[in-house]
Amino acid sequence: MGRALGLLVVLAATWLLLSGIYDHALLFWLGAASCLLCVLIAWRMDVVDHEGTPLELGWRIIVYWPWLFIEIVKANIDVIRRLLRANPDISPTLVRSRTMQRTDLGRVIYANSITLTPGTLSIDIDDGKGILVHSLSREGAEGVLSDDMNRRCAALESDRLHRRAQEDQTP
Amino acid sequence: MDWHVIASGVLVISGAFLTVVGAYGTLRLPDVYTRLHAASITDTLATFLVLAGLAIPSLVAGEWLIAVKLLLVLIFLWFTSPIASYSIGHAAFFAAQKPKLDHDLTDGEGDKA
Repeated sequence: MGRALGLLVVLAATWLLLSGIYDHALLFWLGAASCLLCVLIAWRMDVVDHEGTPLELGWRIIVYWPWLFIEIVKANIDVIRRLLRANPDISPTLVRSRTMQRTDLGRVIYANSITLTPGTLSIDIDDGKGILVHSLSREGAEGVLSDDMNRRCAALESDRLHRRAQEDQTP
Repeated sequence: MDWHVIASGVLVISGAFLTVVGAYGTLRLPDVYTRLHAASITDTLATFLVLAGLAIPSLVAGEWLIAVKLLLVLIFLWFTSPIASYSIGHAAFFAAQKPKLDHDLTDGEGDKA
């Protein structure tokens, strides 16, 4: 129930920011009605869970995003440097990264963060063997193996998220 | 010229330049995986620079709602583009597109593809 309310707040905020018209009563009520309808449909589809509305991530994700942004910029500069040589300075490397995350949500965040930083690309996720990563350079692969991002993504998962994930799996 | 015109111009032009770099890399690199790396420059930093360049004039004009919309565009793009890249890489790998590798730090999975 609390999660549905959270979804409603997020949807209402999105509607208000996208519309930008606040002095028109009819539009306002139509917006409120569409937000409610969306929550109702999501509820009926049974997707109002820890993956659809991951409120448990909370402040942790707000701290994680700026760090990820800086990593993306650094990785971009590295790849651009390698590309702009007369002969692209690449040494393609394949590597498996053992995931430290406890939930599917954490693993997806980690795999997407790997892909989002240029120079590393996740190809396959296997619960037993970890994430298969293709890297443009040997250095990038060693960066993945240093598990810095892996640890940070695991730290995103609070105990509450882990508990909710188990609850959602066993109906 | 005002500072914000110059700043937004520099951002948009450098974003456009990075898009060209990404396109060049996509043509220049040897196989589908390395080309995806080049394409992700266009997906991430180039998009950010262009959108930031577009946001500056609207912020200066006090139209902060437009800047918020541009931020939402960036968030949606950064949420969805890695999924598209993953799909392409995953499909290529399991369609037996063997990656051209210098090092294979797995137990020979590059050859199994």
